[in-house]
Amino acid sequence: MSTVLTVLRKDMLLELRSLETVPAMVLFSIATFVIFHFGLNRATIDGQLAAGVLTVTLLFAALLGVNRLFVAEREQGGFDAFLLAPVDRSALLVAKAAALFAFLAMLEVVAVPAFGVLLLGPSLGPPLLGLIAVLALADLALAVIGTLVSAIAVQSRARDLIGPLIGLPLLIPALIATARAAGPLLAVHGSGSPPGKWVAVLALYDLVFALLAYAVFDFLLED
Amino acid sequence: MIYGRGLRGLALVTTATVTVALALVFFYAPLDADQGFIQKIFYIHVPLAIVSLGGFVFGGVLAVGHLRTGDRRWDMRSYVAIHMALIFGIAGLLSGSIWAKASWGHWWVWNEPTLVSFLIVLLLFSTYQPLRFAIEDPERQARYASVFTIVAAAFVPLNFIAVRLAQQYVHPRVLTLSGGNLPGSMALTFYVSLIGIVLLYITLWRYEMAAKSARMHIRRLRRSLLDDEALPAMKRSAAPS
Repeated sequence: MSTVLTVLRKDMLLELRSLETVPAMVLFSIATFVIFHFGLNRATIDGQLAAGVLTVTLLFAALLGVNRLFVAEREQGGFDAFLLAPVDRSALLVAKAAALFAFLAMLEVVAVPAFGVLLLGPSLGPPLLGLIAVLALADLALAVIGTLVSAIAVQSRARDLIGPLIGLPLLIPALIATARAAGPLLAVHGSGSPPGKWVAVLALYDLVFALLAYAVFDFLLED
Repeated sequence: MIYGRGLRGLALVTTATVTVALALVFFYAPLDADQGFIQKIFYIHVPLAIVSLGGFVFGGVLAVGHLRTGDRRWDMRSYVAIHMALIFGIAGLLSGSIWAKASWGHWWVWNEPTLVSFLIVLLLFSTYQPLRFAIEDPERQARYASVFTIVAAAFVPLNFIAVRLAQQYVHPRVLTLSGGNLPGSMALTFYVSLIGIVLLYITLWRYEMAAKSARMHIRRLRRSLLDDEALPAMKRSAAPS
């Protein structure tokens, strides 16, 4: 546990000092909202369309973070140092997933209100709690799969290519569930709570892949 | 291990089963009252899709063997299983598309959960070869490929749940938990076709394994008899070596 916290603290400190990942993700998201405005030729959107735009934007912004997640470890010998240390290897997965989760949460703190101002027709106020719950589950899926895929991709030659290539199909079920769960929340006279079926699918997805990633992650570090 | 043993007998049994299956499809199974002749593609399409999905999961199981034992031969088996399943999957997707065009009037139908989830699974496993190709160290390539395969094999059932929940039922439910809803003669034809395609998969898997292990064997013999320079240079490939 202390290993997890140490690595997490290192990542947070690194991000705070270099400001490499989160600001890029935020700018990317806002630029994407602008593109969607012109691409769809709509001043406001609501319902399923709004949920889709938000989900897709957050997904692609997350991929930016995923691509950068292990770059410092690979370029500056962090992997070797970690393997030399007498600590549990799965701690790296947990710490990196927690870091990615935190990055995504920071991104959403800015990007979701920006979405509410720029594109969303109905007010963001009533469905906010439900939306936070859905996005938290979605972030967990993105963090787990993102960390796993990033750890695989960072050792390959075309790592910026391999990461999204594997990550996108793997994340499709989570994205279906997120978009469907957020759809009714963002409707004009929407309900305040997300549909239970999709929240359950998302939670199941998180659980299965978290356990699976925990089981196989060790094999990515053997050297 | 020699993979060629018994291959001829297996190949003959496969040929016989596939021939019988095709004969049943064309001469025994009744014409579908609603769709007519085109419905017969079902006897090829559905077994291809089932065998392809089974092949992906089979590859995942073999990959578990690789990670548990660290023996690279398991990686070879897993690679061949996925390679074959991909070929069967593309054939299944194309035959499904033809069936969709003939019976629903469109090449692609989005409100069709089985088709859509199959496409997603195929997209995921299509990244298997690029991933292998992008990792140069053979030992690491094998290990990473196995990790990917296990995650992707576990993804198959989860993906089907998610996509099926997302859409209405359009596809005829042939195999349900409460038993099939096919009339007897159609069911017989279907199961014979399924066995035929399964045998075809196993035969092709064994055949490729035999070819790959023979090639490696020859390479080893050459290396021990001749100098290293007499060996032809290995081409870069996604296949395990």
